[in-house]
Amino acid sequence: MTVMSIPILSFLIFFPLLGALLLLFVDRKYSLFIKGFTLVFSLIELAFSIPLFFLFNDKAKTMQFVEKVGWFPEWGINYFLGIDGISLLLLLLTTFLTVICVLCSWNSIEDRIKEYYITFLFLETAMIGTLCSLDLVLFYIFWELMLIPMYLLIGIWGGPRRIYAAIKFFLFTMAGSVLMLIAIMALYFFYYNATGVYTFNVLDLYQASIPIAKQYWFFAAFALSFAIKVPMFPVHTWLPDAHTEAPTAGSVILAGVLLKMGTYGFLRFAIPLFPAAAFDAVPIISILAIIGIIYGAIVSMVQPDLKRLIAFSSVSHMGYVMLGIFAFNMQGLQGGIYQMLNHGISTGALFLIVGMVYERRHTRMISDFGGLAKTMPIFAVFFMIITLSSIALPGTNGFVGEFLILLGAFKSNMVYGILATSGVVLGAVYMLWMFQRVMFGTITKEANRNLKDLGAREILILSSMVFFIILMGVYPKMFFNKMDTTVTEYLGFIKAKNAQYRVLTPSPEQTGAVVKSLSNMTK
Amino acid sequence: MADYIWLIPVFPAIGFLINGLLGIKFPKTLTAWVACLSVFCSFVVSAIIFKQFLDLPAEARVFEMTAFDWIVSGDFSTQIAFRIDALSIIMCLIVSGVGSLIHVYSVGYMHGEAGFRRFFTYLNLFVFMMLILVTADNLLLMFVGWEGVGLCSYLLIGYYYEKDSAANAGKKAFIVNRIGDLGFLLGVFLLVTTLASNGVWTLKYSELQANAHLLTPALAMAITLLFFLGATGKSAQIPLYVWLPDAMEGPTPVSSLIHAATMVTAGVYMIARLNFFYTMAPTTLLVITIIGLLTAFFAATIGCAQYDIKRVLAYSTVSQLGYMFVGVGAGAYAAGIFHLMTHAFFKGLLFLGAGSVMHAMSGELDMRKMGGLRKKIPITYWTCFIACLAIAGVPGLSGFFSKDEILWMTYSRNGANIWFWLFGAATAGLTAFYMFRMFFNTFHGTCRASEEVKHHIHESPKVMTIPLMVLAVLSLVGGYVGVPHLLGGSNYIEKWLEPVFGHAPAPAAQSMHAFDLSVIGNAFASSGASGTVHETSAELYLMIAAIVIGLSGIFIAWLFYVKNPELPKKFVKKFDGLFNLVHNKYFVDEIYGFIFVNNLFRLGNLCKNFFDEKIIDGIINGTASLVAGMGGLLRRLQNGLVQGYAFAMILGAIFVLYFMIRMIP
Repeated sequence: MTVMSIPILSFLIFFPLLGALLLLFVDRKYSLFIKGFTLVFSLIELAFSIPLFFLFNDKAKTMQFVEKVGWFPEWGINYFLGIDGISLLLLLLTTFLTVICVLCSWNSIEDRIKEYYITFLFLETAMIGTLCSLDLVLFYIFWELMLIPMYLLIGIWGGPRRIYAAIKFFLFTMAGSVLMLIAIMALYFFYYNATGVYTFNVLDLYQASIPIAKQYWFFAAFALSFAIKVPMFPVHTWLPDAHTEAPTAGSVILAGVLLKMGTYGFLRFAIPLFPAAAFDAVPIISILAIIGIIYGAIVSMVQPDLKRLIAFSSVSHMGYVMLGIFAFNMQGLQGGIYQMLNHGISTGALFLIVGMVYERRHTRMISDFGGLAKTMPIFAVFFMIITLSSIALPGTNGFVGEFLILLGAFKSNMVYGILATSGVVLGAVYMLWMFQRVMFGTITKEANRNLKDLGAREILILSSMVFFIILMGVYPKMFFNKMDTTVTEYLGFIKAKNAQYRVLTPSPEQTGAVVKSLSNMTK
Repeated sequence: MADYIWLIPVFPAIGFLINGLLGIKFPKTLTAWVACLSVFCSFVVSAIIFKQFLDLPAEARVFEMTAFDWIVSGDFSTQIAFRIDALSIIMCLIVSGVGSLIHVYSVGYMHGEAGFRRFFTYLNLFVFMMLILVTADNLLLMFVGWEGVGLCSYLLIGYYYEKDSAANAGKKAFIVNRIGDLGFLLGVFLLVTTLASNGVWTLKYSELQANAHLLTPALAMAITLLFFLGATGKSAQIPLYVWLPDAMEGPTPVSSLIHAATMVTAGVYMIARLNFFYTMAPTTLLVITIIGLLTAFFAATIGCAQYDIKRVLAYSTVSQLGYMFVGVGAGAYAAGIFHLMTHAFFKGLLFLGAGSVMHAMSGELDMRKMGGLRKKIPITYWTCFIACLAIAGVPGLSGFFSKDEILWMTYSRNGANIWFWLFGAATAGLTAFYMFRMFFNTFHGTCRASEEVKHHIHESPKVMTIPLMVLAVLSLVGGYVGVPHLLGGSNYIEKWLEPVFGHAPAPAAQSMHAFDLSVIGNAFASSGASGTVHETSAELYLMIAAIVIGLSGIFIAWLFYVKNPELPKKFVKKFDGLFNLVHNKYFVDEIYGFIFVNNLFRLGNLCKNFFDEKIIDGIINGTASLVAGMGGLLRRLQNGLVQGYAFAMILGAIFVLYFMIRMIP
């Protein structure tokens, strides 16, 4: 099945872990070496992930780069990896953002440097593992493994209220995970009872015919776990605290990748495993997503703290993603997936921006700034472009995603579409007002008068983000090509599967269509 | 031969990139040359294409080219693709032509500015976006330009970002425009989904036109109204006009280029572009006519009571844009575009003239502190005089022909509605009055400036006066492309635009009521004709009436501000309340602020302080204190030692495995 004989996904998962293990043996006094070592490892990781993009066959309908090794075969647990067009793009986002995070931590982390970089590499392993796992046990292990380094990043290298934030983060996500674990086990035994086969293989479980009543329970458990991660209104309140207290790189990776795991979880597990329940949940999820869009924007508007403002804007943006996914049409789904990438880039970049001013001023309060455009003109240009991407100006990446999501939502339900589109205005309000208060006006605080403009490292970091903002805005086709087939198949599959539950006495043609599309999904 | 039309928008983009990325070390002259030349190159390409069009038969005057696929998702697809036809070439010529002149003018005007390069970078970006807007061959690419010009407007209004008023004005412009854009987007969604349900997925103009019949009348009305909402934002119509007067915080050339000649006319262009939908929706057209008339009249009254010359011009622009909408609202798209063009000339000129006055008066904008500048800045004086005559609709100048065409269309295409005509004509009278009020106050009488300012008064350098003179010539003769048949002309511009707008439907005026006509006839032409009046004489009567109204406006202004300068003061004293109401712009900003802005913030604070922090977190923290023991445990666990966590992880993994084994029967 694999195009290449080398197990590239395993390499990508465990290479950062290898780096972390090697770092254990380095004396902590060589801090520059530790940083350089981590940078090199993350760069090699990135370098090995990029060929995936080009080797990925965008016409193939099945999982690619598949690796399958029996682990506990008698229990149906396998070391089973593979990626499709959706996880491919998220994987690349992860390896890219990890490099950015290492670079942006260069000077800002001065305490426990060794542990910090070990944690980061460990986190990368967990994230990539989560994205590649096609076995529920394997997935769950990586999913939980992500939690720990993030908890440490907030709890050790965070701000003054880090303990509160870290525990809140931990409790919220843990609560969801436990529910998911129970649902996984229940699903496992259900499948055994129905077929006599033990398996955690997701692709096999996709084929299960689960009675609707059971689906509701399973879906609810999975959905709650993922909704906390996204985060959806009203389980979002851990996010502002976690973001505010996390170090810059922690916020970038949290916004950039970890939140995406929630939406990815919906896409990979909650929806295709329980499609009938997912379709029935459309009104609830769409309405919560729309509340999230508007509520996040309105609360953003009145935040005095830059990081909290951006955190709430994440609630708003992730609301768009959820709305798009649950439109269950091509435009909504693709827009949603694209918006996951966009949000990773532009919100990640916003956190970088805040980190940069924080390093200079040691404050994040908007009222402590004003007039920075005068002292930091280069910074002002980057900040402006990133702000525009966040408010989805056409020509930037944000527009492509938001437009398709709204079009998809409008197509599936006009009222949802209209309500969600109002977020377009609110987004401009809170972002531009924030930008104005930070960058425009006269300098009122003496401390702002002699701020240094960006250095070469910072320009490099932000330029790479801006590069993707423009590229993804002007030539999205490059990325859409990779996910077109996957999303088409995906949509066909869940629709057919859903139809299967709706049709009490299926006509021969319908059954034929269902069987056909189901068999497309099996390898 | 159509391969190079993409060059039109791309040249200013090149200028933008050169100055923006490489220009840090450029001397000012180099920056200026790059900026001006890049726009001029676009003008040259536009002119070449125009020349080619002239040699082609009318139906062949369409050049199209597709650059690459942009957003493609499922059946939905849009391309980066351009279309030049009879309509967009006019827009291209205006944007790049007037744009070039204003670029040149700006070199002089902005000479002493520290942000010289930033200014020209933004200005080039603006021209690029504006040209994208007019050359796009589909609605989504038009939207790129649409929002792009809004961005540049935001950046340029806030050019003096250290001033709070400027930064606020920029933000206000962007946000109010976003409200309009909401309408545009919803219009696109409704259009796409409606056509998609008929199996057609497109946003390309030519395909939209071919499939327009798929829309039911109700849907056509909804879609056109949504797009019109977009137009009210960009083109500053009721209820979204409030940003434009504040936009005068930007440097004056910006006001001239963006907020008079080009960007604000985008709404008119968009409606003209989508004429095939609008023609299907008579209700929408009626709404447009009424909104246009109200805006035109309402803004004109405010213009009569402002002292800041740029504010007068701003309200005048709002008012004139209202005229253009009245034109397209009557289904007379060509008349709307015609007025758009002449307005670009004379209003662009008026703003540049105002800039030249400011330049002479050390930045003064208050006309109460001016006066008597006629002799001191003669070129500015004479060019402004021409522009004022043009906008006042004095026969023979450009504004006369376009305004008259609109007035006539308003009357004839709306079932000979005399009220519409009267509203329009009254606005024309007000226009003539406030323009000459400003003109006399600025250039005539005695100079009321301080001695120091007086000492510095000087005419602007050539780099500024030459664009003034060119625009003055255009304001003089620009109307002759649309001389009506009535005056022996051929209305060339209408014929030119026929491939886009189709043949003008037979005027509905034939069914006009003789009664209406006789009123006009008796009042203004005292012809006494009644009964068998035919169309031509109606047009003639109305034209004469409009001329009389316009000239009386000028006459009253002369009476008030030259002949008897005490008169306006008495007038203000007598109608104190009315004057204050109008002078304060009917307090619309305050009302909007009170209703929308305050409540939005109140809602935000309520959500943040009450809902998020009390209710949701209250529940969470309550739960947390229930399991306080667990929290304490976790706190102890949180000791920062990686080994400890690794141990916990392994423990967890073992637990999972154990759990699984136990569960297996």
